[in-house]
Amino acid sequence: MSVLQTKGLTKQYAGLTAVSEVSLTVEQGQIHALIGPNGAGKSTLVGMVAGRTEPTSGEVWFEGENVTPLPAHARIRRGMAYTFQITAIYERLTLAANLELALRDRSREKAIAALDRVGLADRADQLAGDLAYGHQRLLEIAMGVAQSPKLLILDEPTQGLAESEIAEFNTLIKSLAGDTTILLIEHNMNVVMELADRITVLETGSVLAEGSPDDIKSNPDVQEAYLGHAEA
Amino acid sequence: MSKSLALHLGLIAILIIAGLVLPAYHQGNLARILVLATYAVGYNVLFGYTGLLSLGHAMFFGAGMYGLGLAMQHGGVAALPAFGIGLLAAAALSAVVAVLALRTIGVAFMIVTLMFAQSAFLTVLYFGEWTRGDEGFVLQQATRQIAGLDLTNPLIRYYAALTLFAAALLITARMMQIRFGHILIAIRENEERTTMLGYNTQAHKFAALVISGTLSGAAGAAYALLFGYVGATFTSVQYSIFPLLWVLLGGAGTTIGPLIGTLFMFYLIDYTSGLTNAYLLIVGVVLVLLTLFARAGIMGEVRKRFAPWLP
Repeated sequence: MSVLQTKGLTKQYAGLTAVSEVSLTVEQGQIHALIGPNGAGKSTLVGMVAGRTEPTSGEVWFEGENVTPLPAHARIRRGMAYTFQITAIYERLTLAANLELALRDRSREKAIAALDRVGLADRADQLAGDLAYGHQRLLEIAMGVAQSPKLLILDEPTQGLAESEIAEFNTLIKSLAGDTTILLIEHNMNVVMELADRITVLETGSVLAEGSPDDIKSNPDVQEAYLGHAEA
Repeated sequence: MSKSLALHLGLIAILIIAGLVLPAYHQGNLARILVLATYAVGYNVLFGYTGLLSLGHAMFFGAGMYGLGLAMQHGGVAALPAFGIGLLAAAALSAVVAVLALRTIGVAFMIVTLMFAQSAFLTVLYFGEWTRGDEGFVLQQATRQIAGLDLTNPLIRYYAALTLFAAALLITARMMQIRFGHILIAIRENEERTTMLGYNTQAHKFAALVISGTLSGAAGAAYALLFGYVGATFTSVQYSIFPLLWVLLGGAGTTIGPLIGTLFMFYLIDYTSGLTNAYLLIVGVVLVLLTLFARAGIMGEVRKRFAPWLP
C-alpha cells in the first residue's frame, strides 16, 4: 500500500517552474530518497507534500485520501512529520520542552524517552540553543521521530553532521525501518545508498529517474546529471 | 502549592494589606496603577507570550471604556451590566481586528494595528455628540456603584481595582501553565516550527488577541467606572504605547512584570516631576539605561539571574 502519492504536482514562481508534473508514490514502510542537484526542486516538492507550499496544480494523497486542500498543521495531525533543512528548534526552551511540544503531550517521561533515542536524555533540562550544532540537528530529528509519524519527511538531515554523527543517524533511521515510512532528501550519497529502499532523482523540477539504489547507480542519465557530459 | 502560585497569592496578599496601611495619596495612586497594570497584563498576553507587537491596544482599552461609559451615560444602564457591555465591545472589536490584522506579521502587523487604533480614535471624535470628543464626559457619582458598594469611596475603589487585577493575574498565570499557553510561547519562539508540529497557529493567535483585547477592555471599563471619566485621550496612540512600555520595563513574558513596570513608571514620573520641570528628561535617561542594561525588563532580569522558575 502506498502511504503517499503525488499526482502531477507542479509549482510555478512567476513563470519559473520549480517543480513540474511530479507524480511520486512512496510505499508503506520504505525509505524513499529524493536526490538531485541544487535547485532541482526537492525542497519545494516536499514543501507541497507537507502543506508549507501551495501547489500551482496537482494533488497530494496521503493514506488514500486527498489532502491537497488541508493546511500544513492538519496534515501533521494526520501523521506526517517534517524536519527543516535549516535547523528549526525552540532555542530558548529546554530539550524536554521541545519534545513535549513535538509530542503534543505534556508527558515528561515520554519526552525523556524520545530524547534517549538520540542519546540526549541527560541534557533534557538544558536550553536547546546551548547545544552544539550536531546535537541540535539530532534534537530536531528526535522531534520528528517522537511523533511516531506515518510519514517522516527529512530535508537534508545530515547536513553539517560529523562522520560519527552520521553513523548514529543511520542507526537511528534503520531502527525505524519497516514501521515508519520515510521521505528523505539527502546530498550525502553514502547515506542514501546505505538507507534508501527506493530513489527518485529530480532534475530541474522533473523526475529524471526512479528505481532501486543499484538501478540509479547504473543509470546513464543520472550519471550525466551528476557528473556532466563526457565531453564537457 | 507551587512556587508560582505562592508568588501570585503572596503578591495579592501584600496588595490587600497595602490597601489598609497606605496613606490616602498612595492608596489612590495604587488603585490607578492596578487598573493600568490590568491593561498591561492584557497586553502582555499578546506581546510577551505570543510575540505579537501591537501598536493599537488603546482601541481595546477604549472599547471597554466607551462600551461602559456610553451605556451608562446614554442608556441609563446600571454599572455591572454596563461593565459587561464594555467587555463585549472589547471582545467583539478584538475579534474583528484579529481576523484582519493577523493576515499580516511583524512590522506590517504593527502598522495595521496602529491604523485601526487611529480609526477608532477618530471615530470617537467623529461621534462627538455622544462621546463629547476630547473633552469627554463624567459619569455621575450616584450611578457608580455595584451591589450597593459605592465605587467612589477610596477604600472600596482600591479593593475593586485589586479584585480586577488579581483576577487578570490569576487567569493569565493559569493560562500560561496549561497547554494553550505553551503553544502561545511556541508560536513566539518559532511560528513555522509550531505549525509543522501540527498546531493551528492562526487559531491560537486569534484566541490570544481576543483574550488580550478583552482584558484590556476590562481595564478600560474599570478605569471609567472607578475614576468616573471617559475621554478620547484614552484611545490615542499614547495609550497604545504605554502598555508596551510598562511590559518592556517590567519584563515581557513574565506574569508579574506588567505590574512591576506600571508601578515603576508611575512612581518614576511621580517622583521626578516633584524634583524638576524637566522630569521627562530624567525619565528618558532611566528608560535608556534600563533598555541598555536590563534588556529583559526588571522581572526578566530577575528571572535570568536569580530565579529561573519565575513564571
